[in-house]
Amino acid sequence: MLYEVKLRLTYSYDSPTDHARNLLRLLPSDIAGTQVVRARLLTFDPAPSERYESVDFFGTALTSAAWHRPIAEISVQMTAQVERKTAPPTFDFSRQLSDLPGELAAQHSLEPASPHHFLAASGRAGPDPEMTAFARDQLRPGMTVYEAITAVGKALFAQMSFDAQATDVNTPAAEAFAKRHGVCQDFSHIMISALRGIGVPAGYVSGFLRTYPPPGQPRLEGADAMHAWVRAWAGAEMGWVEFDPTNNQSAGEDYITVGYGRDYDDVPPLRGAMRGAGGQESAQAVDVIPQA
Amino acid sequence: MLSKPSPFARHRLLESYQPAPGVADELFDAQGNMRPVWRPFVERFLSLEPEEIPRRFERGDQYLRDAGVYYRRYSNDVLAEREWPLSHIPVILHEREWAGICEGLAQRADLLEAVMADLYGPGRLVSDGHLPPELIAGNRHWLRPMVGVPPRGGHYLHFLAFEIGRSPDGTWFVLGDRAQAPSGAGFALENRMATGRIFPERFPRDRIHKLAGFFTEFRNALEDLSGQGRERPARAAILTPGPASDGYYEHTYIARYLGLPLLEGEDLLVENGQAMVRTIEGPQPLGALWRRMDAGFMDPLALSPHSQIGTPGMMEAVRLGNIAMVNALGAGVLETRALMAFLPHISRVLHGQPLKMPNIATWWCGAARERAHVRAHADQMMIGPAMAVDLPFDLDATTALGGAFRGVARSSIAQWLEAEGGQLVGQEAVTLSTTPAWQDAPGGGSLQPRPMTVRVFAARTPQGWRFMKGGYARIGPQGDATALSMQSGGAVADVWVVSDRAVPPLTMAPDSARGFRRRSPGTLPARAADNLYWLGRYIERCEDAVRLIRAYHLRLAATGSIDEKRLRRLAQFLDDVGIDVSEPVPSGLIARLDAARICASKVRDRFSTDGWLALQDLAKTAREMTETARPGDDTARAMGVLLRKITGFTGLVHENMYRFAGWRFLSVGRALERSAATASLLIRFCDETAPEGALDLVVEVGDSVITHQRRYRVATSPETVLDLLVLDADNPRAILFLINDLKANLEALPNAESAGRPGPILRALLPLRTELMVAEPRSVTPEFLARLRTQLFQLSDLISDQYMR
Repeated sequence: MLYEVKLRLTYSYDSPTDHARNLLRLLPSDIAGTQVVRARLLTFDPAPSERYESVDFFGTALTSAAWHRPIAEISVQMTAQVERKTAPPTFDFSRQLSDLPGELAAQHSLEPASPHHFLAASGRAGPDPEMTAFARDQLRPGMTVYEAITAVGKALFAQMSFDAQATDVNTPAAEAFAKRHGVCQDFSHIMISALRGIGVPAGYVSGFLRTYPPPGQPRLEGADAMHAWVRAWAGAEMGWVEFDPTNNQSAGEDYITVGYGRDYDDVPPLRGAMRGAGGQESAQAVDVIPQA
Repeated sequence: MLSKPSPFARHRLLESYQPAPGVADELFDAQGNMRPVWRPFVERFLSLEPEEIPRRFERGDQYLRDAGVYYRRYSNDVLAEREWPLSHIPVILHEREWAGICEGLAQRADLLEAVMADLYGPGRLVSDGHLPPELIAGNRHWLRPMVGVPPRGGHYLHFLAFEIGRSPDGTWFVLGDRAQAPSGAGFALENRMATGRIFPERFPRDRIHKLAGFFTEFRNALEDLSGQGRERPARAAILTPGPASDGYYEHTYIARYLGLPLLEGEDLLVENGQAMVRTIEGPQPLGALWRRMDAGFMDPLALSPHSQIGTPGMMEAVRLGNIAMVNALGAGVLETRALMAFLPHISRVLHGQPLKMPNIATWWCGAARERAHVRAHADQMMIGPAMAVDLPFDLDATTALGGAFRGVARSSIAQWLEAEGGQLVGQEAVTLSTTPAWQDAPGGGSLQPRPMTVRVFAARTPQGWRFMKGGYARIGPQGDATALSMQSGGAVADVWVVSDRAVPPLTMAPDSARGFRRRSPGTLPARAADNLYWLGRYIERCEDAVRLIRAYHLRLAATGSIDEKRLRRLAQFLDDVGIDVSEPVPSGLIARLDAARICASKVRDRFSTDGWLALQDLAKTAREMTETARPGDDTARAMGVLLRKITGFTGLVHENMYRFAGWRFLSVGRALERSAATASLLIRFCDETAPEGALDLVVEVGDSVITHQRRYRVATSPETVLDLLVLDADNPRAILFLINDLKANLEALPNAESAGRPGPILRALLPLRTELMVAEPRSVTPEFLARLRTQLFQLSDLISDQYMR
């Protein structure tokens, strides 16, 4: 499936800021076997005084932009043409969950895809007694790793309510879990923490999701937002699998990946710093448009 | 257990000196003979008159107090400080022994560099199975943004410290490596200074190796590092987390000692991939940073998003190779305790040689065999978090000791090890050597053996690793000689490395290759200018408040009634600026003093220790007065005391501060504040509705009573008062005088003019001055004064805009 992805972010400051610098992770990249980026473009208004492109440790495209003069508002526009390959049907060839520690011990690597990065607690997701207990409750004797991952994701979907008002970007996962309310970021952090608690390496995926308008209605422009889901390591043979606990499904053809991290803090769409007084406001509009 | 007591052992001060069995002692060997290296010192010490000893110790302590040496734990109270716990007896080591220590540690330093290069490079130690991946991947000090980023200058590590101890068999071992931002080098210098006051004798002093040479070499290395391969000159600087950090005193000390600017994250910015210092002359390039800040805080964008003290974009400057870090970001991973379990093997793998100096025996409990070993020997182990970067004796670093949990209730060590193995590390509960320390006692003190560790400092120079010839020792409490006893803190002592013959004095002749270098004070960082400017303003605000409060209480004492008209007006005037005269020493005044002190604390490296102590003393006195001062005469007198102390501080600053830009900002702040305060006072007390006696009050607060008598020889009238306090170019309290002073200082600042024309600040000031020069007293109306005050505040904004951004 070919998509056109459009994103527009605006940041306005109460009082013009002296120096502003932003790190952005918005551009999708090629992922072997899954995703081909045919075109991508990130523009700023006003134009930054300096700009650098790089790739972070986990392979996400990273843009750094800085303004050395006072600015009152920054608007960021991203457009990309991304081909998402048709996902083959998933066959579970993972081993039993009890075999996972042995499989992990055989992995001697610090490469970005190494599961070892994703097992220990990170800033915003980590083993937590409550979430670990929740994950344990979903396990049945003899389950495979893949079954365990899916069971935890499905159980979260069943017990959590999507609620854009309950949390914000800084809400800790434990608080969202206690309320059983949250948005995709919370769902993902909770699932990551739960999986790590039962010894399954798990990380955060930032990207876009194609949404479907209600039957008979046109697609609303700019109504979407960026999305987040989970990837988990199902052993040496099966490798990484992706599951979206907010929508109770494997991340398939409708998903466009921007980047991976241990949690949100590794892949925030925008992280900014400015010198100056006052607060700031932001607005985001996203379109994921399927091309014929 | 002294089998053959030496003659000294019978001396009164040593008769109860009993090293514990199975413990090495620095002073006596196993046979009870005093080690020759101590002999000259001990002979001298034992010959002192009993009453001479405390006198000498007090000299050392007095030096530390005068120098303002203090230390603190991280705390929210920026001003909480503790006295420096000097143990007055030095630790003495022979230069031959020291050379052996340095040889072992130089090998270790090279090994740490190689490990660092691998962890941020090819990662072979992990992929070849020499290091468990989870120790690195799950380590918060392993910074992913640094992977694949070569360090500028080719090396990751430039300044290291090692905590070492002596085993019962007399050999040395490493308890911990400090690579993140090693502290203590400045304290070693201060200990040396203080100990020099206690033992000033030429002998044995002439046999002690000096510390200064090490610092000279390190500073030169830093400057080379910052300058190499650049077209434009770039400076080296020290980066501190700020006054709230426990090492801040040391940072200011070492910055002054090395003549390097002390900067905070706010002082820096990154433009076009180059790290710059914000100065009053605009951004200036920075070539190398000796960071005393943990790497995670260095950049809130690329590293810890929670950092409030970092510099956005710093990681980018590092990635582009535009700044050298001492040490490279990410070096903290080398401090991981569990790494100690693998270093002996890694030394063989990477360098084909065993460690010359072992480190504390360590077992990572993530591996079954090691876990079993720790379980079986738990009674001789310190068990704690594998990823901790504390030293084994730091607080919280050890969860279980000698087979028992410390302060936490858990089921059993075996279960704990099984459940959390990979998170845990076992370390041999080592025994340290003991060294003499002074023990006070009612009937006269004595020397007693105390456990110790020594911190050794190493710096990379073009000639290889160089070591400080000396260091500082931590001295534990009496009794327990296990490493853990060190956690209760105890004291610190100077370490003397001595030779058998006199050590040649350091030649102060300039290094011929470098030539004579006069180190210019450098361009003033914008934040320092800001703090000095506000220090000037706050100090003046304090003085103004003190004078007004004194005037109030003098009149209260005379009239005995707070309902008197002048008093009511004065009380209202003070109330408007947050000072409530119903408290004799109002909290509003204390707040002003604290504001001044906080500004001063941020620029302590820029003015004299005496100035800082004067300010501390001022604040302390004011606080004490809040308890004691009674309204009326008593408070008036108390304010007189404060006034003299304020003048003491400003006098010290004015007389002794080098006339560089920083002094000018301080002076500008004072002059501006004083002009505005005088204008405010005149608006309220020199108008037609002012009660009788108000003019005298103004002249008194303006400290111009005598001048007024001399110049006018008549009673005060609005004309005489306005003439004297506004239009007089010779009265230091008159606004015109102050404006002239402002002009002189502002003209001397960089970029005061552009293309031969006055810049925006002078353009705003000059018309003001002209207007005052030509005005007559009768035209100085309250409206005139109010406008003047507004223009002064606009001037303040212009100064901030040009110099303090």
